Amino acid sequence: MRPTRWLRRNLVVIAGVLALIYLMVPNLVVLAFSFNKPKGRFNYTWNHFSTDAWQHPCGVAGMCGSLTLSLKIAVYATIGATVLGTMTAFALARYRFRGRAATNMLIFLPMAMPEVVMGASLGTLFLNMRIRFGFWTILIAHIMFCLSFVVTAVKARVMSMDPRLEQAAQDLYATPAQTFYRITLPLAAPGIAAGALLSFALSFDDYIITSFNAGNSVTFPMFVWGSAQRGTPVQVNVIGTAMFVLAVVLVLAGQLAGGRRRARG
Amino acid sequence: MTAAATEPAPPALPAPAAPPPALRRAAARRRRTPYLLLIAGVAWLLVFFVAPMIYQASTSVQTGDLEDGFKVTWHFATYWDALTAYWPHFVRSLVYSGIATALCLLIGYPLAYTIAFRAGRWRNVVLVLVIAPFFTSFLIRTLAWETILADQGPVVSFLNDIHLLDATSWLGVTQGHRVLATPLAVVCGLTYNFLPFMILPLYTSLERVDGRLHEAAGDLYATPFTTFRKVTFPLSMPGVVAGTLLTFIPAAGDYINAELLGSTNQQMIGNVIESQFLRVLDYPTAAALSFILMAAILLIVSLYIRRAGTEELV
Repeated sequence: MRPTRWLRRNLVVIAGVLALIYLMVPNLVVLAFSFNKPKGRFNYTWNHFSTDAWQHPCGVAGMCGSLTLSLKIAVYATIGATVLGTMTAFALARYRFRGRAATNMLIFLPMAMPEVVMGASLGTLFLNMRIRFGFWTILIAHIMFCLSFVVTAVKARVMSMDPRLEQAAQDLYATPAQTFYRITLPLAAPGIAAGALLSFALSFDDYIITSFNAGNSVTFPMFVWGSAQRGTPVQVNVIGTAMFVLAVVLVLAGQLAGGRRRARG
Repeated sequence: MTAAATEPAPPALPAPAAPPPALRRAAARRRRTPYLLLIAGVAWLLVFFVAPMIYQASTSVQTGDLEDGFKVTWHFATYWDALTAYWPHFVRSLVYSGIATALCLLIGYPLAYTIAFRAGRWRNVVLVLVIAPFFTSFLIRTLAWETILADQGPVVSFLNDIHLLDATSWLGVTQGHRVLATPLAVVCGLTYNFLPFMILPLYTSLERVDGRLHEAAGDLYATPFTTFRKVTFPLSMPGVVAGTLLTFIPAAGDYINAELLGSTNQQMIGNVIESQFLRVLDYPTAAALSFILMAAILLIVSLYIRRAGTEELV
């Protein structure tokens, strides 16, 4: 095949690979600089190789505390948003009722709102209610913005499910509870899992809304933000890389397990 | 029913009465179920999303100070003052996020297309790689761009060597021989940060396109480009609309990229809201600015959705 023809045929793939490289480069930089031993306080220029940061990941004052807080909030926010969101999604996907269109709109709006607007307005409310900023205000805010994403993910899944499977279960004398736990829930599980995963990622990574509702509490993104002004410790890159690797491994393991289950079934 | 009506009715059949109470209770329960399922989630959003918005609207027309508290005085001049003082930030926000959205579409479409039609068994791996950056804090990744675009770094040296930076400074998007602290750096950061939000909806809608339509178009002597223009792209429109919205809206309110990659000359409206709220403690101005931003975005989005003709988003 002539090279120009090959090029023309694979142009889109080449552009796609370049886009993927653009997406990956910062992660590779974060990985590389987690092995750096910076000269000054800022970890922006390469000095020389060292594994110090990996050996002492908690060697920076305050960082691991902020990491624990972020993980705790992410877990609670994920549970809260997934439970509330799944119930809402079932109502929207399975029932016709008065106020359904308005509810759909209410779910859509938080996703169509810049974070800075949501963060500032919720912060104003807490401020005027004289509610003390801290763990609970952050958690409330996180459940609020994760909820819509869970509803969207679960709703899409539930709507694509074949209702005949549940009817078949009922025909075979399953009680409504049995039908729900043995048929409906397993079928909806991928949507619920996707929503939960997204919630965890959004909550763990959120800076903008959190900064308006945190008061003196410091989450991991807030720690990174603060350190960007004072000088970033290498350990920040260690945590970033570890989270990245952990996420990729978990998702790939999930995919493998899913693939094997499909092959068996 | 119609067949039964033509037959002679059996004489002893009792007239159809009201349904038995058990069935009626079941029907009532069924009517109640969706509300019971909804109530917690909807209440959460009403209290922590809608109420703050309303409250913010009232804050924006209040006057006062921190010691004596703020009172509603219908002081609409706050809006006017905020607009006259900060209109460059508004313009900058909308222009930067508009350009970033267009770039995301240009960069993201080939990748989404590749994943959907050309990736074969690599599809899931590439998808995971697209989602994976979400799990490294985006602040850390934005800081990584500071390293990549550093003044003495290889990227900037290369751009200087091929005199590309001269061209971009002439266009006014960079300054001197550096990229950091220029509009180019901020737009580049915005594009990078919101690219996955463009790729995922594009991929979802491209994945639904039946590959046989491509074959059919080819059989009818359409060139690959015509096939794309007349078949694939129109079918992926819902993804394009969803992706552009999911990119444009958060980008317009973002202040992380402007703060970390730009200078004071690249500050966006998010930076102003953040500093008015957290540092100046001028809550009415912060509220008025958020309200204007929200109104501007809702206006642009509704015009855009009407033009693009997709309403299945909501």
